[in-house]
Amino acid sequence: MTRTKTLRIGAGAAWWGDRVEPAALSAEQGALDYLCFETMAEATVSAAQVRARRDPTFAGYDTYLDDRMRAVLPACMRQGTRIISNQGWINPDAAAQRIVHWLRELGFPGVKVASVNGSLITERVLQLTDRILENGLPTASLQATLISAEAYLGAEPIVEALRGGAQIVVTGRVADPSIFMAPMMFEFGWDPLDHVKLGQGVGIGHLMECGAQVTGGYFSDPGFKDVPEPWNFGFPIAEVEADGSAVITKVAGTGGAVTLQTIKEQMLYEVHDPANYLTPDVVVDFTQARIEQIGPDRVRVSHIGGKPRTPTLKVSIGCIEGFIGEDMFFYAGPGALRRAQLAKRVLEERFRIVGLKAEEIRIDFLGLNAIHGAATPADAPEPYEIAVRVAARTATREEAIKVGREVDGMAVSGIAHTGKRVPHAERTREVIGVWSSLVPREQVPASVTYFVS
Amino acid sequence: MMKIKLQHIAHTRSGDKGDTSNIAVFAYAPEFYPLLKTQLTAERFKAFYAGAIKGQVIRYEADNIEALNFVCHGALGGGVSRSLCLDNYGKALSAAVLGFEIEVPDELEPLLLGRHLLAVA
Repeated sequence: MTRTKTLRIGAGAAWWGDRVEPAALSAEQGALDYLCFETMAEATVSAAQVRARRDPTFAGYDTYLDDRMRAVLPACMRQGTRIISNQGWINPDAAAQRIVHWLRELGFPGVKVASVNGSLITERVLQLTDRILENGLPTASLQATLISAEAYLGAEPIVEALRGGAQIVVTGRVADPSIFMAPMMFEFGWDPLDHVKLGQGVGIGHLMECGAQVTGGYFSDPGFKDVPEPWNFGFPIAEVEADGSAVITKVAGTGGAVTLQTIKEQMLYEVHDPANYLTPDVVVDFTQARIEQIGPDRVRVSHIGGKPRTPTLKVSIGCIEGFIGEDMFFYAGPGALRRAQLAKRVLEERFRIVGLKAEEIRIDFLGLNAIHGAATPADAPEPYEIAVRVAARTATREEAIKVGREVDGMAVSGIAHTGKRVPHAERTREVIGVWSSLVPREQVPASVTYFVS
Repeated sequence: MMKIKLQHIAHTRSGDKGDTSNIAVFAYAPEFYPLLKTQLTAERFKAFYAGAIKGQVIRYEADNIEALNFVCHGALGGGVSRSLCLDNYGKALSAAVLGFEIEVPDELEPLLLGRHLLAVA
């Protein structure tokens, strides 16, 4: 039987490092049917593979899984709120078993938890794919440096798990908006090829996937765009109708705001052609969307368009590409900039003397031009304080270490009034480059496994 | 006609995909949108970010929400994980264009935001 009444879907996380309290608050007070968590960035899978190789104690799923589940499980289980989450990273089964552990610990036996596998195609990727989208080279050219490859799955395997009676579904790589659209598909009985409804639903999922970015986060600009209590954001809640149109809102009494402006900014976030936003489930067209402020912190979104899905899925391919060495030191007071400029010259000469082999070297003046680089206005005022920040990308860790070692030399062999951080933090890190390709969707079957608390 | 910074008529947000940053520009009022369309061309946008955006800039128009979306290739130092920029996701990249100088008819003056920052003629 398909649902006719409004479906309430809450966002519980927009990235790995996101706050946990707003998720708990939405679970408690949001009257949610579903709470959805998005915790993966482009390089998450590859970084997890590297860590798993080196650290046998790493379980392969979201390192904040315990924090998140302990915070929301009691309210969700009490109120019958289902949970959908991509916290499975490279080991959805282990994540599901860990959730089962917490369900037992918290006194909720008999709850069905599903894991969704199938996105990881590392062993097959070079056979299944042809060209790298970014540079047109054959994906076979990545063979020597390949760490991990994963396809972006759509909502269908999540819907299968929900049909199978899962109260909680934990996945590996799934396209972010699909996590939020899956409950709409399941509850309203949408056909996977109904691109009109799926377009609307994935469009709403897109507004939800970055959490507080649609409720006033990444938004405040004093005097221009002010929102109340920007230290106390509520995460978004979508009240979805059977046609996929929805009201975006948040728990009353939280900070932030849901306005036409916050909705607009998020609508185009990480979008290229707004008439053709490619996802595994549907191609979304935002250019016909209608948005209306129907009350305080309530914006109705309708008429998002949809076009048939493409025959391929996007694949992310992570490769080991070398190292980055970086450090910084400081100047302040009258003449800070002229000392920073001499320090830059000293570093350039030192790198030449020690024969630093780097693919790219960057020396910035943080406070003046470190963020906008060459686009910094020529007439930008001279700041009172400056950090000289230096970074180099190298093939080996030995070369990357030279960056920090030469900054060490700026202590007693540097110039007047040089401030330095000692002891310093870790100054080298590995580069995991991410490339994209396309794979025929029928080559990436998903599988669902059930666990019971 | 007055020449003022873009921040008085539009707000912006940037997002990342690989080495591509999309910087979307949203008119604060419908009256400002035609000014953005005619004056903030892809060519001028790229010239404004000269050196920071190394590849092609494509402009998309979303008339329904009075927004322009600039898709900027080669803007993230080779990609988020390879970038040597402190702001490797380019989250702050969208702030630069708030300083783009744009011509606004005098009669729209009451609609401007941040009027306290504008020098009194």
